[in-house]
Amino acid sequence: MTGPRPADGGTGAAGAPSHTGTFGASGIIRFSSVAKEYPRTGTALAGVSLVVAKGEFVFLTGPSGSGKSTLLKLVYMEERPSRGEVRVSGVSSSTARGGDIARLRRKLGIVFQDFRLLEDRTAEQNVLFALEVTGAPRAGMHAKAARALTQVGLASKGTSLPRELSGGEQQRVAIARALVNDPFVLIADEPTGNLDDRATRGIFQLLRDINAAGTAVVMATHDMELIKRSELRTIELNRGQVVFDSAADPAAGGGGAR
Amino acid sequence: MRLALRESARSFGRAPLLSALSVVTIGFSLFAFGLFGLVALNIRNTVRLIEERVEIRAFLIDGTPVDVAAVAVGDIGSFPEVARAEFVSKEQALTLARRELREFREEFDASVLPASIDVRLKDGFRDPQTVNAVAARLRSYPFVDEVRYGDEWVEKVYRLRNIATITGLVLGLAFAAVSVIIIGATIRMTVLARSREIAIMRMVGATDSFIRSPFLIEGFAKGILGGAMALLLTWGAHRLFTQMVLETQFFSPRVAVAGVLVGGLIGALGSALSVGRHLREVT
Repeated sequence: MTGPRPADGGTGAAGAPSHTGTFGASGIIRFSSVAKEYPRTGTALAGVSLVVAKGEFVFLTGPSGSGKSTLLKLVYMEERPSRGEVRVSGVSSSTARGGDIARLRRKLGIVFQDFRLLEDRTAEQNVLFALEVTGAPRAGMHAKAARALTQVGLASKGTSLPRELSGGEQQRVAIARALVNDPFVLIADEPTGNLDDRATRGIFQLLRDINAAGTAVVMATHDMELIKRSELRTIELNRGQVVFDSAADPAAGGGGAR
Repeated sequence: MRLALRESARSFGRAPLLSALSVVTIGFSLFAFGLFGLVALNIRNTVRLIEERVEIRAFLIDGTPVDVAAVAVGDIGSFPEVARAEFVSKEQALTLARRELREFREEFDASVLPASIDVRLKDGFRDPQTVNAVAARLRSYPFVDEVRYGDEWVEKVYRLRNIATITGLVLGLAFAAVSVIIIGATIRMTVLARSREIAIMRMVGATDSFIRSPFLIEGFAKGILGGAMALLLTWGAHRLFTQMVLETQFFSPRVAVAGVLVGGLIGALGSALSVGRHLREVT
């Protein structure tokens, strides 16, 4: 089977301010014996069970090809499990249809290593884009975008195009875009992978601040230094299996303490 | 909707050359479609004119009394297929012949031409079978000497009309299919150019129908523009042909507008197929 399985409800939620709705003791993300196989590359995940609680910060680590990105794709339902079930905020991978997934993603913030910004639009337009295409009411749209940019420390760069910004700043714009719909989870797939040390620290601190305000964060990273320093819950994957989860082994450190 | 309109306008502005190319391509394929439509329309009109002249002439035996012929005319006139039956006396036949064949005016005299009953059929009853059936009934009158209706000719006209209709339909559908494929391909280039944007839209939770709408508007707009261009070209070709070769008929305004709208629909369809394919591929 797999690595250790965390207790229901996970850890680390204590003290976090209440956010959107209640998710009960079962957590906002729940993987139940999830396997994912691709026709060409074979098994990406095998028998993964885990729970992420509301307001939790979780590192996802492991070597390249260990299944981190697949696991995150299953969370935002870009992929469906071959076996088992993924439940995110009450939406089940077994029953969700296109519209359910679109609505779910409006409550998830997703950030990638390569930022994925629209090059021909300013920072503010990139953030506004996420509101516009999800049919948010026009009134207050600009104020919301400005607030998100302020939150990531880019209040004065709203009119800059991505190419006029540094890598760290571009990632901040991507995070502002992820935050603008008030998500309950921020999913970050190696968000610091393209950044230098200083920018990495800045982005990580920003993610901690966002988490402190009540948003759960699931961050995939290779950066062992970062993991060691921060003592947060860490799940390690290897060959598609959970081989370590600090929530189930508090003695190993981390365990969700913030 | 406002956003969808803005996004499609943005797409036109961002790739003006590609957009112009799509419109021109659509325009030319619809132009080919329009030209063929025009040919089919004129063939049909001509055939209808010829059809209207289909006439059955029953020559009467010399000496048939006029009152007997008059009763027969009334009788034949009440056949459901017959529009009009008319008695033509020997004298009338002579006058007619002299008028139609001026150069032989002096050659005719009243004894040469027999009296006849001329029969015209109703619209929709001019097919070879009906014409044959009516001719057979006329022949059954004892005082009818001979029935002439150019049977070969009737069959040819009828066949020509059928061929024109079927060819028009087949080629029309083929051109429409080609247009859909061309529009699909040009929209696909736009879709690929905007695949990053589509991926981001999906990531932040836009629904597929929302993602599709700017492309549908774009396809529809390109189809309408292409259709308008095709209409202008077809009209130009029609004017030129009329001036230089022979008078032809153009589409009625209603058909012309419908044609341009069909262009829009073909554009939207090509676009929907193209975006649908892309959305399925990335899922």
